[in-house]
Amino acid sequence: MNIIYFLIPLGLVVLGAAVVAFFWAARSGQFDDLETPAWRILLDDDRKPPPGPDKSA
Amino acid sequence: MNGTASCFHCGTAINGAIPHELQIDGRPVALCSASCAEITTRIRDKGLTGFYRYRTGASASAGSDTTSGRWASYDRDALQREFVSHHDDGSREAQLLLQGVRCAACSWLIERAMAAVPGVREIAVDPLTTRTRLRWNPGVTRLGDLLGQIAALGYEPYPYTEDEAGRAAIMERRAALPRLIVAGLGMSETMGYAVALYAGALHDADPGIHQFLRLVSLLVATPVVFYAGAPFFSGAVRGLRLGRPGMDVPVALAIAAAYIASVWNTFKGSGEVYFDSAVMFVFFLSCARFLEMSGRHRALSLTGALARHLPRVATRLRDGRPEIVGVVELESGDLVLVPPGQSIPVDGRLDSTSATFDESLLTGESRPMRKTAGDPVVAGSINLLGAATVRVERVGTGTMLAQIGRLMAVAREERPRLVEITDRVAVWFVSGVLLLAAATGAAWWQLDPGRAFDIVLAVLVVTCPCALALATPAAFTVGMSALARRGVLLRRAGALETLSQVSDMVFDKTGTLTEHSAGIHRIESLSGRDPGQLLELAALLESRSEHPLARAFPSPATAARVTDIVAVPGQGLEGCVDGQRLRIGTRAFVLGLAGGSGAAEDAASAAQSVYLGRESLLMARFEIAERVRVEAPVVLAALESAGITPIIASGDQAGPVRVAADRLGIARWHAGLSPADKLELVRGLQHGDRIVGMVGDGINDSPVLAGADVSIAIGTGTSLAQHAADCILMGPDLGALPAAVAHSRRTMHIVRQNLWWAATYNLVAVPLAVTGLLAPWVAALGMSASSLLVTFNALRLGRVPQAVTDEPRGVALDKGEALP
Repeated sequence: MNIIYFLIPLGLVVLGAAVVAFFWAARSGQFDDLETPAWRILLDDDRKPPPGPDKSA
Repeated sequence: MNGTASCFHCGTAINGAIPHELQIDGRPVALCSASCAEITTRIRDKGLTGFYRYRTGASASAGSDTTSGRWASYDRDALQREFVSHHDDGSREAQLLLQGVRCAACSWLIERAMAAVPGVREIAVDPLTTRTRLRWNPGVTRLGDLLGQIAALGYEPYPYTEDEAGRAAIMERRAALPRLIVAGLGMSETMGYAVALYAGALHDADPGIHQFLRLVSLLVATPVVFYAGAPFFSGAVRGLRLGRPGMDVPVALAIAAAYIASVWNTFKGSGEVYFDSAVMFVFFLSCARFLEMSGRHRALSLTGALARHLPRVATRLRDGRPEIVGVVELESGDLVLVPPGQSIPVDGRLDSTSATFDESLLTGESRPMRKTAGDPVVAGSINLLGAATVRVERVGTGTMLAQIGRLMAVAREERPRLVEITDRVAVWFVSGVLLLAAATGAAWWQLDPGRAFDIVLAVLVVTCPCALALATPAAFTVGMSALARRGVLLRRAGALETLSQVSDMVFDKTGTLTEHSAGIHRIESLSGRDPGQLLELAALLESRSEHPLARAFPSPATAARVTDIVAVPGQGLEGCVDGQRLRIGTRAFVLGLAGGSGAAEDAASAAQSVYLGRESLLMARFEIAERVRVEAPVVLAALESAGITPIIASGDQAGPVRVAADRLGIARWHAGLSPADKLELVRGLQHGDRIVGMVGDGINDSPVLAGADVSIAIGTGTSLAQHAADCILMGPDLGALPAAVAHSRRTMHIVRQNLWWAATYNLVAVPLAVTGLLAPWVAALGMSASSLLVTFNALRLGRVPQAVTDEPRGVALDKGEALP
């Protein structure tokens, strides 16, 4: 049972990482619009656009 | 594409030969014009034809040329200052609004097409608000070029400047989200530990592990309570300081008590810990508040959207030469050119002979409105066909659009009576809860000191009047914004409540039930001649008359055939048409020429009559009557079926009023009333315990409007600030009235539902908690579920009532089909 002394702190570290990631996402405005991304996935075209300049940097 | 040809891109019907044809996905498609062909070619060449399969409707055809100076003017720093921000890495970011974005497919198309343009770092289009973030590298490309390219896809870009409210909303959201996240993650962890603790307690686990789990729970719960729970504490302190303890007080007390007791027990090493209850309480309450906030923001974004839709630059015509200027530089009296597909940036009067506008942004009315020279036009209307010139009258904050924004802001700030009452009740309620908790604690201290704390905690948690304090304002806000989208503007939030109770609706006649201009009701031929010919003759004569009744006659193609006009004031008009001497006017006047007595006068005639005669013959009688608004019968029928009695109160004479009442099927009508009489009528009804709504044109009947319980005005395109009414129908007609009544009733129904739910819940839960049958965590769950329930219930009102108009930007993929 002593493994719990290691696993729970490990869980807390993961938790902390998740919180940090969420904070970063919220601050950078990723949750400002929750509608568009949901639609976007339905629209992706299977065919590749013709070769051209690469998408954003 | 066979036979019934319509443009593949914009959906316009093509008559005759197909002007342009392209191969799309291996099949030929027809296009109506060079600009549509250009856009389609562009989309095809970029490999984005998937757009046509997923879009939900035809696309805009306005393919502005990319070379015009209009876009280049956006390269000026002075213009960019408002909507462009600079990044540290040298790139710039513009906030735009796009016109013509109707569905997610449009945003997909724009993003795909623009991301491939050199120098574009990032572009994101929100199809609901059409808000667009465009980030580019100024070293590679210029904003003017990029805007030109977006326009070339058929979407007009406009700079987006955030209003104060919108910015505040985003900040509030960004502050609330991390709290929610912390509370949610913290809750899942603490719950896990709590299960382990309970299970461990059953199986006699190692006391070391037991204590370790408690310490970890403490570690996780601390940020949840102090960071995520901070708004509850600050709210409670604020409430206490103002002497109006709201729902935050018991919430904060419960959280604090649970937390402190748990910390104490953790370090003492014995007794219960309540970290799980405290954290769960914080999380679920935050969820309910977050939902309420989202609903509020959605309501807010509507007004913001109104003001933001205006273009920032305009084409001014000076001495016939166009020049591009910022809208702020325009002055009253300037002449502005509005290209097709663009919105008018100012309020003014139409200078071109005629034009067609889409005023749906202001009125909720999606039918195109045709205007002729001199007609008032308002900022935000979209010019649909051909270029139009507009004489500027009001710019910026003076425009009707800005006024609507201000009125809505004022109305939102006003607290409806019901919210006031629930707030006041909440104060007593909270005080009662605190007393009850104290009494329960004292009683249990005598009976079983070990359980006293548990039970006090459960009482505090379970009785929190969140449903009361949260759901009523949410219902009002959401309900008002839904009405505004339907073109019904409320100046007081309280009007929603009164509107739902109206039992009698008093209508003014002229301009409300009837149109302002009169029409010919009946043509009676007295000489056996064809009524059409008679009407033509009369119209020719009346075209030279200044009399108001003359306007009822259609204007003839040419008035040149009329000669020797002699007008006799108050009598009529004499003139020669094709050499024949004619008279038009009162019966006596016409008989003076025609001689004899002619047909007997119908003394009781309701409508006003105009006679036409020539020498020795009375030719025709024209009955002139006010035109009843086409939608009035339907509206009145809908009101009557909703249990509202319509009454006409008119200052007009009995005859015309009776005609209108008969035609509309209104049994109760009063004619010849002065404004004071009308007020008397309304007061009389009110004394009979009726709730009276008054519908008028908003300007002439201010005293009556003020005297009625709720007043409704028809937006007449003039200054809104002059309206004394509580509620303004922005559309050109009465069409929205039944929907407004129905929606107000729905709102009140939901408010009542929520209040009943809150009351019932407390009645059931409080005795359970007081008698010790409810564990604190069950109490937290029940109370949170109850708040979430009422909030969801209130948010249901956000659906637009009886949407007869198409949602301008409805994202509805399910009905998406590729056009022909």
